[in-house]
Amino acid sequence: MNTAIEVKAVRRTFRVKGGLFGADRHVVAVDDISFAVPPGGVLGVVGESGCGKSTLARLILGLLPPTAGDIAVEGQRVIDMDRRARARLIQPVFQDPFASLNPLARVRDIVAMPLKAQGNIAGSEIAKRVDEMLARVGLSAEMGRRLPTELSGGQRQRVAIARALVLRPRIVVCDEPTSALDVSVQAQILNLLAELRRDLGLTYLFISHNLAVVEHVASEVAVMYLGRFVERAPTETLFRRPEHPYTKALLASVLTPEPGLGVPDVGLGDTLPDPANIPPGCRFHPRCPIAEPRCSIETPPLKPRPAGGVECLLV
Amino acid sequence: MSALLEVDQLEVNFGGRVSAVRGASVTVERGETHCLVGESGCGKSVTALAVMNLLARGARRSAKRLAFEGQDLTGLSDSGMAHLRGNAMAMIFQEPMTSLNPAYTVGSQMTEVLRRHKKTTQRAATDRAADLLARVGITAPGLRLGQFPHQLSGGLRQRVMIAMALMCDPKLLIADEPTTALDVTVQAQILRLLAGLQRDLGLGMLLITHDLGIVARVAHRVSVMYAGEVVESAPTAELFANPKHPYTRGLLRCVPVPGKIKRDEPLGSIPGTVPRIGPGFEGCAFRDRCDFADVTCAHAIPRHAASVAHDFLCRLPA
Ligand SMILES: Nc1ncnc2c1ncn2[C@@H]1O[C@H](COP(=O)(O)OP(=O)(O)OP(=O)(O)O)[C@@H](O)[C@H]1O
Ligand SMILES: Nc1ncnc2c1ncn2[C@@H]1O[C@H](COP(=O)(O)OP(=O)(O)OP(=O)(O)O)[C@@H](O)[C@H]1O
Ligand code: SF4
Ligand code: SF4
Ligand SMILES: [Mg+2]
Ligand SMILES: [Mg+2]
Repeated sequence: MNTAIEVKAVRRTFRVKGGLFGADRHVVAVDDISFAVPPGGVLGVVGESGCGKSTLARLILGLLPPTAGDIAVEGQRVIDMDRRARARLIQPVFQDPFASLNPLARVRDIVAMPLKAQGNIAGSEIAKRVDEMLARVGLSAEMGRRLPTELSGGQRQRVAIARALVLRPRIVVCDEPTSALDVSVQAQILNLLAELRRDLGLTYLFISHNLAVVEHVASEVAVMYLGRFVERAPTETLFRRPEHPYTKALLASVLTPEPGLGVPDVGLGDTLPDPANIPPGCRFHPRCPIAEPRCSIETPPLKPRPAGGVECLLV
Repeated sequence: MSALLEVDQLEVNFGGRVSAVRGASVTVERGETHCLVGESGCGKSVTALAVMNLLARGARRSAKRLAFEGQDLTGLSDSGMAHLRGNAMAMIFQEPMTSLNPAYTVGSQMTEVLRRHKKTTQRAATDRAADLLARVGITAPGLRLGQFPHQLSGGLRQRVMIAMALMCDPKLLIADEPTTALDVTVQAQILRLLAGLQRDLGLGMLLITHDLGIVARVAHRVSVMYAGEVVESAPTAELFANPKHPYTRGLLRCVPVPGKIKRDEPLGSIPGTVPRIGPGFEGCAFRDRCDFADVTCAHAIPRHAASVAHDFLCRLPA
């Protein structure tokens, strides 16, 4: 078997109740995406807020069934897997840790939960692994006795990471794992994730809005726009020679720590796309700074590139 | 005229065990963006919540002075504070799900804020909500108004929070990590929107963020917190060009810059962790991690001025 994650022609839509004027609408969150991640690989996923990244993560985790298509992790259809076996294989780290941590449970118990749910690990072993994990993410034993509400945002995020890694899964789906952390703690967590990957051969799907972080952790990067991967390339290529106009706009919007430069306007306009009403032709055309008339009619085919591809009529 | 927000010597304790904020002082002027940065857990959110009087039960707050437009907030009644909150003083919370009610639609939560504070019709309130959603870059605002928070992506929720905070045209906006869930193009759009409000309406902002790129580009002034204290405060350009406190210098060295990253090499970080700070802690809280620490660092630390507007808390000379 040579893929850790394999996604084939996956589509996921949500039905949204129509407003005053009746008809229900369909939000297309993931629109016919296919890709594979090899064992030990790190696929970084970046893109527009609301473009479907978290939905993709939930699909891969088997938390959400696809509307169409197939998803396999280590060769097994994720939807058919036994929950406990799946938990040992693949684990999530979600954004918004507050929403994903039980507010009434102590930190230690939260981190112990996945171990207990396995049903066959001795109590002493559980305690040992929890201690080890808390230490690895930089939480003291005293913090282990607190409730999530008694922690700062970044401390809660570390709890979520400890909970995900305590079962030593082989695949970790990280959805904005470090967006609540300061740069120093973020570096510690990313170094930890990198170390675990090296030592244990873990595979990551790594969603982040922080392009510098993605550049550091990912071996390849997919740029998502309105439910599709519009560009995919090895990390270096993507950052050195981006091809898709949306990728270029993303890179140009990064705020480097240089005072006095202000906030750039990369000319995408202020009207964002509506996932319930995907534009015809190239889905990026209403905002694309170099769009031509045919962009609103012709759907750009995938143009293959070494280890990736790009969907734009003009490249 | 007094500053928009004055926080002088703020102290916050939790149950006498945790000293979360220890003598922090911050001022926000009208039309100014004051950024608060610092190690995760150093007391930024607690400072913000203390100003809004929204601390968790069991928390104790005291300050030499805590005032909004010259009006003392420590002596203000609960109803007086409720009148200011969401109205003249608004806050965007670090985690949207803590302040969005899962049981109500986005529209009903947004219009409720306005109707609580201003005399207005439901119709006008809905129009305003839709208008603000559009301004924070949400298309099909009509659709979104009818949705529940769990039906929105992280970034949509965060933008709903931002729009909600702006419903009553606040004079002071306290924004706690307002753009962490947004991609960089939307982030830029939101930052431009806020800058516009500052220009047009004199909005003052206390902006908490870990993103030093944002700080560099939008802050007028920066305060760096460490273990509950403001360890350095300076105008933005000066802080980046001439950081004085060893923690600030370490922090600035850790910022990953795209295009200058070496893969497979660990990212820079400041080794060590923050010590547990209880009541009665003495000396510099950074001393376990500081390359310059010596015995005097275990005692009271002086605050030095590096220039008129730039001060830092460290034994080292300016
Ligand atoms: N309700 C509480 N009870 C006990 N301790 C608390 C409580 N709320 C916060 N703390 C502690 O107070 C300290 C400051 O927390 P705060 O949330 O202000 O951090 P922060 O600077 O906002 O960090 P982050 O960047 O991670 O959000 C932390 O050490 C936290 O654990
Ligand atoms: N349960 C749901 N019901 C209806 N719509 C949903 C649901 N979950 C997600 N959506 C919609 O699907 C789209 C994609 O959402 P998703 O959370 O995957 O975005 P995202 O890329 O993770 O965004 P962000 O960067 O803001 O977190 C959004 O338009 C969202 O509103
Ligand atoms: S196909 Fe046309 S609109 Fe789409 S990204 Fe390329 S140039 Fe822009
Ligand atoms: S007071 Fe001492 S320990 Fe603290 S930052 Fe200055 S030199 Fe370092
Ligand atoms: Mg998301
Ligand atoms: Mg915080």
